[in-house]
Amino acid sequence: MEATIATQWIMACYVDDVPENGGSCIKHGDEQIAIFNFTRRNEWYATQNLCPHKQQMAISRGMIGSAGESCEPKVACPFHKKTFSLLTGECLGEEELVIKTYPVKIADGKVFVGVD
Amino acid sequence: MSKPTIIVVGNGMVGYKFCEKLLARSTQFQIIVFGEEPRHAYDRVHLSEYFNGKTADDLSLSTLSWYSDNGISLHLDDPIQEINRTEKTIHSLKGITLKYDYLVLATGSSAFVPDIPGIEKEGVFVYRTIEDLELIKACAVNAKSGAVMGGGLLGLEAAKALIDLGISETHVIEFAPRLMPRQIDSAGSNMLQMKLSQLGLHIHLNKSTAAITGDKKIHSLKFNDDSQLAVDMLVISAGIRPRDELAKLAGLHVGTRGGIVVNEKMQTSDECIYAIGECALYEGMIYGLVAPGYEMADIVAAHLTGADKSFYGYDMSTKLKLIGVDVASFGDAFITEPDCRTILFEDTHKGIYKRINITNDGKNLLGGILIGDADAYNMLLQTVNNKIVLPPDPEDLILGSRGGEANAGAGVMSLPDDALICSCEAVTKGAICSAVNEGGVTGIDGMKKCTKAGTGCGGCVPLVKDLIAGTMKANGQYIKNVICEHFDYSRQELFDLVKINGLKNYDLVLDHYGKGDGCEVCKPVVASILSSLWNDVIVKQEVIQDSNDRFLANIQKGGTYSVVPRIPGGEITPDKLIVIGQVAKRYGLYTKITGGQRIDMFGAHLSDLPLIWEELIDAGFESGHAYGKALRTVKSCVGSTWCRFGLHDSVTFAIEVEDRYKGIRAPHKIKGGVSGCVRECAEAQSKDFGIIATEKGWNLYVCGNGGSKPQHAQLLATDIDKETVIKYLDRFLMFYIKTADQLTRTATWLNKLDGGMSYLKNVIVNDSLGLGEQLEEEMQALVNTYHCEWKEAINNPSMRKRFAHFINAPDEKDPHAQFEPMREQVRAKEW
Repeated sequence: MEATIATQWIMACYVDDVPENGGSCIKHGDEQIAIFNFTRRNEWYATQNLCPHKQQMAISRGMIGSAGESCEPKVACPFHKKTFSLLTGECLGEEELVIKTYPVKIADGKVFVGVD
Repeated sequence: MSKPTIIVVGNGMVGYKFCEKLLARSTQFQIIVFGEEPRHAYDRVHLSEYFNGKTADDLSLSTLSWYSDNGISLHLDDPIQEINRTEKTIHSLKGITLKYDYLVLATGSSAFVPDIPGIEKEGVFVYRTIEDLELIKACAVNAKSGAVMGGGLLGLEAAKALIDLGISETHVIEFAPRLMPRQIDSAGSNMLQMKLSQLGLHIHLNKSTAAITGDKKIHSLKFNDDSQLAVDMLVISAGIRPRDELAKLAGLHVGTRGGIVVNEKMQTSDECIYAIGECALYEGMIYGLVAPGYEMADIVAAHLTGADKSFYGYDMSTKLKLIGVDVASFGDAFITEPDCRTILFEDTHKGIYKRINITNDGKNLLGGILIGDADAYNMLLQTVNNKIVLPPDPEDLILGSRGGEANAGAGVMSLPDDALICSCEAVTKGAICSAVNEGGVTGIDGMKKCTKAGTGCGGCVPLVKDLIAGTMKANGQYIKNVICEHFDYSRQELFDLVKINGLKNYDLVLDHYGKGDGCEVCKPVVASILSSLWNDVIVKQEVIQDSNDRFLANIQKGGTYSVVPRIPGGEITPDKLIVIGQVAKRYGLYTKITGGQRIDMFGAHLSDLPLIWEELIDAGFESGHAYGKALRTVKSCVGSTWCRFGLHDSVTFAIEVEDRYKGIRAPHKIKGGVSGCVRECAEAQSKDFGIIATEKGWNLYVCGNGGSKPQHAQLLATDIDKETVIKYLDRFLMFYIKTADQLTRTATWLNKLDGGMSYLKNVIVNDSLGLGEQLEEEMQALVNTYHCEWKEAINNPSMRKRFAHFINAPDEKDPHAQFEPMREQVRAKEW
């Protein structure tokens, strides 16, 4: 049997709370969510804030960018520069690490994140 | 019409190479290969590596499927028994009969086993195939001592194999009065013997074995001089014997001492049958090396496909490493006076012997021998083969240039285009250079793929590398250090482009000179360049800064930060010390004295950083830039103000220098030191720049560092006054900032700098590039625009807002940042 989980949209912050081409962290209950304002691509992304490599709450402070010919959007953890795809959450290096990603939408200058 | 059939007898290195060479020239033949061994062709030259970890697969010359992929039918473990020349057929042991149009004998050689009583005993081996090696290996497990009969090239290889197998007592028995009698003279042999004895090898010369004694198994060797040697095993390596029995049986002409007689096209006395490699006898000579065997293979392939190529003998020069000792012999190694003049060099301390033979007129090199140091081999061999006219002091060839400018690179490039560089694969200098020029090859791996140069014995690899680098340099190309996938420029190039075009932010730089959306590598590089050029407040472009620069503090375990206020020269008042103590207490920080004479406070929450700095700045502190690729500290000793030995006031000078260069962004961190006398308590010679007081002024040292590869700073100028120190430092630092690769300390930068210290001295002290004034002005502009980043950050509300862990709950701290108590302070919780 397949369980249907309705996505619940929460208002995370305002658009100008997140620096252009950078990230910020928001608190949602006990969850920490990193939100990225990829202005250069006119895109928004959200992932878990915890870097699974050394269990550090720091992904939101990482630099974002792109990898490869396909310009896969990515973020690098500031601790040891493990990089993760902002689309899939998969680690782009050797490691088999993965981070959770969340859908994001923007309305009226506000940032909404879809949580389970 | 069906394809003509070529049957190759033997699947050794040369037999394999023949298939490869023929396929390269034509696919119009049906190739059938018979091999006696159960394995397909493998590398016999590097056989001893089988004992230090290489597997049979590693040694294989190709995959097994290579044969079928190329339409070759391969019969292994099936030696040919008979050739019927009238029917033009062969018969194999397994009963296969096949018709051939052409037959290529590549049967190689076997070990020569002298007829000595007891030679059949257990524990006596030959050293030829992987199977031999496996038998030796099995026996070595229980053996404490072993001997090798034969002190030639292969015998010494076998001795190395015994050492590698853990035989604690290894002997080499040689019949002749010297080792490697075919390659080196007795002086060379003495030196080699000395080196090998030091390595634990027991060498016996002038020894002729009379009998091998023991019941069933070898017990000892008995010599003609009635002496004895007890050993648990014996490896025979007394020479090779061409495998000509098949040819003999077929009535082909063979030499009296063995070998199938061939002409310059490698044809035997039957023109449809060729012989190549160690079984072939050309003009009374067996060529027992792989390179001439490959050449023979190519000649047959050429002849079969109608090309014109002949064998004219082969240079038997050789270079190898025997048990860690370089041995080389080239050209006419044995010619003596009065037919030539000889130059000798002998160093028994280091175990080096070199001999070169030159023509009586001193114009050309004829040959020579190198023991212990054969680095010059490739170049010397080229000098012989290409009849290059010798320099006026030919001893420089083996002694190196003593005095004057040495120019290692020019030698290779002066070779003629037809100089044979890789003799295994017959690749000329011209072919290598054109692979670089037309084929776009830039490294040794590409060169191996493109020309096969260096894929044989590997001896020419250094020469090939020099040629690649030399050719690229001649073209004005250089091996480029591009920043990352987004910028096809080195840091220096991008620095100049950003400067010339006056670009002030990252996106503009990326749009003009990059591609994609950037990454964690190029963003901090561009940030550093922008800062070094325009010196704007770095947090205005926070998202391109590395985490530490973004939050103006050092991120630590647990995600908290450490705070280091500047304490110039390590001098601090009691009042300021009290403030640091109060701040640390108030925010629960762990304190520690750093290696650079200042105080580090650890465990600050992101949201506390502006509050902490507000208090520090109020007390007169500034940012210490401990987080930046920038000047960290200028360490000082007490100097003449208090120290009874001090010559000048080192603390004051250190403070002045630190204040001058603080905040300036560079490719990497910069550390300095000032010592008040030659005792050097500030350890200035381990810094990027070090200033040491002398009776007459100051000595300036540059480009030292500690870290994983410590390097002493080198003297740039002596006995100069303070103003000159500053002038040179301005020039030096600015030159470094403009030209170094990212994350390269000054020491590494200097190591890579063409011309090294003498070049740097010329640029900085003699102003050889005429850049002095410009560099000084550029530095002065940076000094004039200094600002304390923390002051800017706390006074700017939008910047200050970023110092929060949760943007939607700015007053809350990260609950994940946790501490543990330790020695009355706290530490970060282990991750």
